[in-house]
Amino acid sequence: MKNQSNSTVPFILYLADNNLILAQRNSEWCGHGPVLEQDIAITNITLDLIGQARMLYQLAADHINRQNGNQDATEDTLAYLRNEREFSNVLMVELPKGHWGFTVLRQYLFSEFQYLLYRQLSAHADEPLSAIAVKSLKEVTYHVQWSREWVLRLGDGTSESHQKMADAVQDIWMYTGELFQAAPFEDAAVLQSIHTEWKQRITETLEEATLTVPENVFMQQGGKQGIHTEHLGYMLAEMQYLQRMHPNATW
Amino acid sequence: MVTPVYDTQQIHRLLEVVSDPEIPVLSVNDLGIIRDIQINGHQVEVVITPTYSGCPAMDMIAENIQSYLHSCGYNEVKVTTVLSPAWTTDWMTETGKRKLETYGIAPPNRITRDSDAPKRCPRCGSTDTRVISQFGSTACKALYQCNECMEPFDYFKCH
Repeated sequence: MKNQSNSTVPFILYLADNNLILAQRNSEWCGHGPVLEQDIAITNITLDLIGQARMLYQLAADHINRQNGNQDATEDTLAYLRNEREFSNVLMVELPKGHWGFTVLRQYLFSEFQYLLYRQLSAHADEPLSAIAVKSLKEVTYHVQWSREWVLRLGDGTSESHQKMADAVQDIWMYTGELFQAAPFEDAAVLQSIHTEWKQRITETLEEATLTVPENVFMQQGGKQGIHTEHLGYMLAEMQYLQRMHPNATW
Repeated sequence: MVTPVYDTQQIHRLLEVVSDPEIPVLSVNDLGIIRDIQINGHQVEVVITPTYSGCPAMDMIAENIQSYLHSCGYNEVKVTTVLSPAWTTDWMTETGKRKLETYGIAPPNRITRDSDAPKRCPRCGSTDTRVISQFGSTACKALYQCNECMEPFDYFKCH
């Protein structure tokens, strides 16, 4: 990281936002999964993501409070009281949940990214951050395994499931580039090395699933700068409603 | 009214009563999540480490530790959380693993030694089992089925 002091908080918030927004999106499957076991699987993955987001927001809040000399920031203020433009998650995680194939494909593409990133962060100089990465890496290992199996099952499944997965790959691919476009708070060299390995792993899986990796696709971006798709605002409106309507409500 | 003894071993023994709300046969000691007990005069600090980041049982465990020690006469109890080193199923005690199996949950294997799959069906003991889902009723468990007695069962995953 080039400028440790200025980039730490935005970087931690970026990690936390990715987790929280994907978790909120995945939680829409709760009670709607294709079968009970898989309903439970996606919601357990979601729980892991929320748990990781909580630890990251708490860490960011500690940094912010130390900088400001007060105790105003908490995990809750960061999750519930920031506006759309203040969220720096990538666009991929805020897209609507789509069908089951789209959901597991997104989970797989994102989990592989998260796996490589957390592995890198396990040796990060910021000790609490590396502790979170070590802890999360164990969880994400399962997320990769689970979502990869689903991509194989549906990609190399019936002609209908194959077609739906092929369409999902086309739909989501333009959102994958942003993961590796370094924002000022990221280390470009690290991202580049992750990108190479990510591409390799994804290609291997998609080919095994009889799917094709798209080439030369125009890549969407903006999430890291707070420029989001129209979907995020609606999600935040629902997620933050209670705290906005009844400030400081607890239960 | 019980007179509290300000001794770490004594408090450790008392915690045997506090169980995991999701798996009531396991105490917090069995789980291996008690990392430290600090006594400073009449102040007690219990340091725990979370099993899974998002485990909803953790907040409840912290509350249960606090309220149980209160009921034992310790008035000033603080429960704090540490993340590092990260919890692993290898910290689960052998007693805990036996309790799990009797309860119907296949215990986790040693991470370094074995593969991450149940050794045998906790009901009939058959080694012929298959995975149904990597995620069972909670994030820490996978769902398996015994090919012998056909019973589905939970397996506590290596972590």
